[in-house]
Amino acid sequence: MAALTATGVDLRSVSVRELNHALHRATSGTAWRIAHPDGAHNLAVGLDTAVDVVVDGHVGYYCAGMNQHATVTVNGNAGTGVAENMMSGTVRVCGNASQAAGATAHGGLLVVDGDASARCGISLKGADIVVGGNVGHMSAFMAQAGRLVICGDAGDALGDSIYEARIYLRGRVRSLGADCVEKPMRDEHLAELAQLLKSAGRDEDDPADFRRYGSARGLYHFNSGNSSAY
Amino acid sequence: MNQDLAQQGLRESATFDRATIHAIQRAAETGVYDIRGWGAKRRLPHFDDLLFLGASMSRYPLEGYRERCGTDVVLGDRNATHPLHLDTPVTIAGMSFGALSAQAKEALGRGASEAGTSTTTGDGGMTPEERDQSKQLVYQYLPSRYGMNPDDLRKADAIEVVLGQGAKPGGGGMLLGQKITERVAGMRTLPVGIDQRSACRHPDWTGPDDLEIKIRELREITDWEKPVYVKIGASRTYYDVKLAVQAGADVVVVDGMQGGTAATQEVFIEHVGVPTLAAVPQAVRALQELGVHRRVQLIVSGGIRGGADLAKCMALGADAVAIGTAALIALGDNHPRYDDAYRELGSAAGYFDDYQDGRDPAGITTQDEELAAGLDPVAGGRRLANFIRVMTMEAQTIARACGKSHLTHLEPEDLVALTIEAAAMARVPLAGTDWIPGAGL
Repeated sequence: MAALTATGVDLRSVSVRELNHALHRATSGTAWRIAHPDGAHNLAVGLDTAVDVVVDGHVGYYCAGMNQHATVTVNGNAGTGVAENMMSGTVRVCGNASQAAGATAHGGLLVVDGDASARCGISLKGADIVVGGNVGHMSAFMAQAGRLVICGDAGDALGDSIYEARIYLRGRVRSLGADCVEKPMRDEHLAELAQLLKSAGRDEDDPADFRRYGSARGLYHFNSGNSSAY
Repeated sequence: MNQDLAQQGLRESATFDRATIHAIQRAAETGVYDIRGWGAKRRLPHFDDLLFLGASMSRYPLEGYRERCGTDVVLGDRNATHPLHLDTPVTIAGMSFGALSAQAKEALGRGASEAGTSTTTGDGGMTPEERDQSKQLVYQYLPSRYGMNPDDLRKADAIEVVLGQGAKPGGGGMLLGQKITERVAGMRTLPVGIDQRSACRHPDWTGPDDLEIKIRELREITDWEKPVYVKIGASRTYYDVKLAVQAGADVVVVDGMQGGTAATQEVFIEHVGVPTLAAVPQAVRALQELGVHRRVQLIVSGGIRGGADLAKCMALGADAVAIGTAALIALGDNHPRYDDAYRELGSAAGYFDDYQDGRDPAGITTQDEELAAGLDPVAGGRRLANFIRVMTMEAQTIARACGKSHLTHLEPEDLVALTIEAAAMARVPLAGTDWIPGAGL
């Protein structure tokens, strides 16, 4: 495999394997620009240094999966599982994201400027996700830790079986999932949300417009009396 | 039955035997179904229902203690640049830190390394003790993704994408709060002391087409160095194996319903899945029809107990087996020396299955520091290594008697079945006949 040295990569002449191979060996601080992704899967996965990657176009599944330290920007839409299991760094989708955006992510920040589909932040484990538009059903399903900010509306069963993750929602929710309840917005939550919005580049949004949701912790211990909740 | 009661002419019901009566009484009193560990306890068609045809006239045996019979296997050489080379086809199945103590995990690593084979992480992530003591460590990629991180992925020698478990195909795990210590909870990003209900399906893919992309993602992250296994709980085995291979698996792990578990519903353990014996021929047929038998390796697990089971799995077409419950027994689980302690818990040596409670006197299925300290990882590892060596030698003895100079040379033609059920499931003739029930259908 020939080593890529140029930081401008055209995926019509370079394979995903060659690109990822080069990114895994890239020096922190270098900037990469990817042209013609054409919906390719597994772009920029497993990055482990503070590189800056910009993808001009739509990406397929798992873009920036398991990211550590890197900043990845998608100037287009993203397929299933963008930034899945991210550990740190920042991933930004300037368009819409498909299902399971930020699934199981442990750290870092995922920003979706447009809408995200079903199961956004599923099994979230500590990362922050800010969605500029709406999210689909079962978002934050079994989310364990971290924060999900939804600037638009949420679909059915928001936060079903949620653990210690926090959800901030500005719009309407079709329904809350099992054990997910609305909680009061105290000063610390307003401050936390303001910081999250700022990190996502959404300084104009007012935290006071949002409501907070989280776990009622009623299902933390198995009990047959809770069987109607499932 | 108690002799006194029999002499009185009392007769126990076969339908409502004492275990069933107790189960009904327990359910009526608690309102909760029984959750336990270990694995299926009902009698199932198993490898004991098969026999080997030792050589006589038509086959030529090898000298038992003189002629070489190879045992080494290579796993995952289809795509990975660094496949696993094992001295013996006996591997250690995935069992979690959390379900097991850190000492038990370390002992498994020590024993496997001493015997020249691999061990496997579990639902809960990779511990440093386990990585340090395991020369070859398979990292499970599970639906819950507890503790999942790319650093550990890169430290692993192989990746096992877990879709199901033989004790509970289609079901997730249940680790009760009493075993969720600070360390376990920290690894799983959950509060201390809550009941951890692990997911039954992966969060970011929904079918075999997605799995193909997921496997490529794992390969990309690890630069195509590590073999990718796919583990399924035996149920629709033929179709699942075909889909796993088409999705890109380098190794398929088929776990039959005699497989163990740390904690799940009794009704699940006893009533979901198919016996290991029935699953192996289905898996082999799927691999053969795809033209990848031996190129995509098959690991069989679920109630594997000794060298005879190993040899029979190999003869049916497996490349290796994985042991879980047997490995725990080798470490000391259910040993008579703990009988008094087991009885204090309402059980007895040989019967103990309350792995979910975390009060295991053997220090294996517990997170209690005092109990866990009772297990010496060095001594436990030595016992496990001995057991693996014995299994391997037993299988070699059988293979030589069948005239085979390597365990992988064993074949279905070396086997006959004792029962019609076993003949039909294993696709080998009933002993003394040429009849394979269902053959040609």
